[in-house]
Amino acid sequence: MGRKRNGEKRFTFSVFLKGIVHIAAGITCLMIAFILGYILIMGIPNLKPDLFAWEYNTDNVSLTPALINTVIMTVVSLAIAIPIGIFSAIFLVEYAKRGNRFVKVIRVTTETLAGIPSIVYGLFGMLFFVTAMGWRLSILAGAFTLAIMVLPIIMRTTEEALLAVPDSFREGSFGLGAGKLRTVFIVILPSAVPGILSGIVLAMGRIVGETAALIYTAGTVANIPGSDGLFSSGRTLAVHLYVLIGEGLYTKQAYATAVVLIVIVIGMNALSGVIARRCQWKTS
Amino acid sequence: MENIIEIKNADLHYNDFKALKNINMNIPKHEITALIGPSGCGKSTLLKSINRMNDLVEGCKIEGEFLLEGKNIYQDYDVNILRKEVGMVFQKPNPFPMSVYDNVAYGPRTHGIRKKKDLDDIVEDALNKAAIWEELKDRLKKSALGLSGGQQQRLCIARALAVKPKVLLMDEPTSALDPISTLKIEELAEELKKEYTIANVTHNMKQAARISDTTAFFLLGEMIECNQTTEIFSHPRNNKTEEYITGRFG
Ligand SMILES: Nc1ncnc2c1ncn2[C@@H]1O[C@H](COP(=O)(O)OP(=O)(O)OP(=O)(O)O)[C@@H](O)[C@H]1O
Ligand SMILES: [Mg+2]
Repeated sequence: MGRKRNGEKRFTFSVFLKGIVHIAAGITCLMIAFILGYILIMGIPNLKPDLFAWEYNTDNVSLTPALINTVIMTVVSLAIAIPIGIFSAIFLVEYAKRGNRFVKVIRVTTETLAGIPSIVYGLFGMLFFVTAMGWRLSILAGAFTLAIMVLPIIMRTTEEALLAVPDSFREGSFGLGAGKLRTVFIVILPSAVPGILSGIVLAMGRIVGETAALIYTAGTVANIPGSDGLFSSGRTLAVHLYVLIGEGLYTKQAYATAVVLIVIVIGMNALSGVIARRCQWKTS
Repeated sequence: MENIIEIKNADLHYNDFKALKNINMNIPKHEITALIGPSGCGKSTLLKSINRMNDLVEGCKIEGEFLLEGKNIYQDYDVNILRKEVGMVFQKPNPFPMSVYDNVAYGPRTHGIRKKKDLDDIVEDALNKAAIWEELKDRLKKSALGLSGGQQQRLCIARALAVKPKVLLMDEPTSALDPISTLKIEELAEELKKEYTIANVTHNMKQAARISDTTAFFLLGEMIECNQTTEIFSHPRNNKTEEYITGRFG
């Protein structure tokens, strides 16, 4: 009898848990739907051709220069962060001895770096790249700052992707007389590509959405780089949005800009999904 | 009979654990040698010391002599050359996530063969020897991961043969396969011994009796008995061997 009571108790408890899980999922979906819906409803009617004019001025508050700056910023940051991130991950997983103390220290460090608020990166970038290196407020200073910020993301995802490659591939390759370099680059790395790509897209998302780390490193000039190239200041789309909201005069345009930003971020996520599926299909 | 591999007074430690105890054994050329014994007795360990896969294991210490054609495996060979001479087939088929062709061509490319024509010939020859050319000749460009388990294992054998080894080490090559694939691999092994020397770890007594010429029985890191297969299975000298092969062993 006691047993049955216990069973009943467990039954009601599991129903209760199930309910909570469903409610939580529901709330999450509702929130996302609400935020997205709200911004889309407020923003889409304000998507005027003016907003996409080639040159920015205070009348049209065009987002085109900011969009171009975003692309430049993303490309430059990733060009710095991807090689460093991937090579350090390869070193940690494939070359360093497993269970090495040095490796553990690096892991803890990257995890800590990943948890630092982005404004702190901004402060560091301002003190180091802008002032000490003398790059002034520039896209380059911003890109280096962001590269440091996303480095842990790329490193961690690459590490995990490499660790997920079964050791039997390594044994097979060594067993045929291949060296470490060949094993890593011909056998291991290609299998890890989907994981690495997802990390890169995650990093792109961080870069596109970042403001705090950029305001004091890349500045807020609303035009595309001039004759100074990467040494000119420039605002990305997210910074542009931040400035628009701050000025209070352009709330409508801010909503419209937000729509564009959201579309880009969602598009990137979809892209990462497609890439990951493509790669998986290829290898299996 | 000429011995291609000689092992003399070999001891092996994994940190403090002694996994091989004073092993003395020979592997005769152009024969199949079966290594049998209960789980954990050190069969894989011995096999891996022959092509130095144990170099990758942290804390693994090896003493004694391992000779391949009279030359010391640990002193006279570059490890990558050694592994070209002594190929290995693993318990679970482990084709690389690339095409059938690239799998087989991986070894030759590693050792510097680049010409398309040469590679084509090597791939066809290796697949033929592994008795899988007919099945795969139309899907050379397809991913190797799409093959069945038995096909994958024969592909792995072809991949090992493509670098023209002298010795082929097989660590329970059929334990993950169905009976028909197993039979195919056994037939293949008997065919291959004409050109190569094979060391085969197996838990399958019937397999050892069917295909091997010499059988070595291991127990707790020691080699208890090594003899002609017919001899071992009809008149085992040691009663532990007898208990094991008749299935009375725990
Ligand atoms: N990398 C390792 N580190 C420490 N000990 C190991 C390692 N590999 C194997 N051993 C130990 O060495 C002993 C022999 O292992 P081995 O894998 O050679 O056995 P086996 O005869 O191949 O067994 P099985 O039939 O289960 O494959 C076992 O006790 C095992 O626990
Ligand atoms: Mg084993």
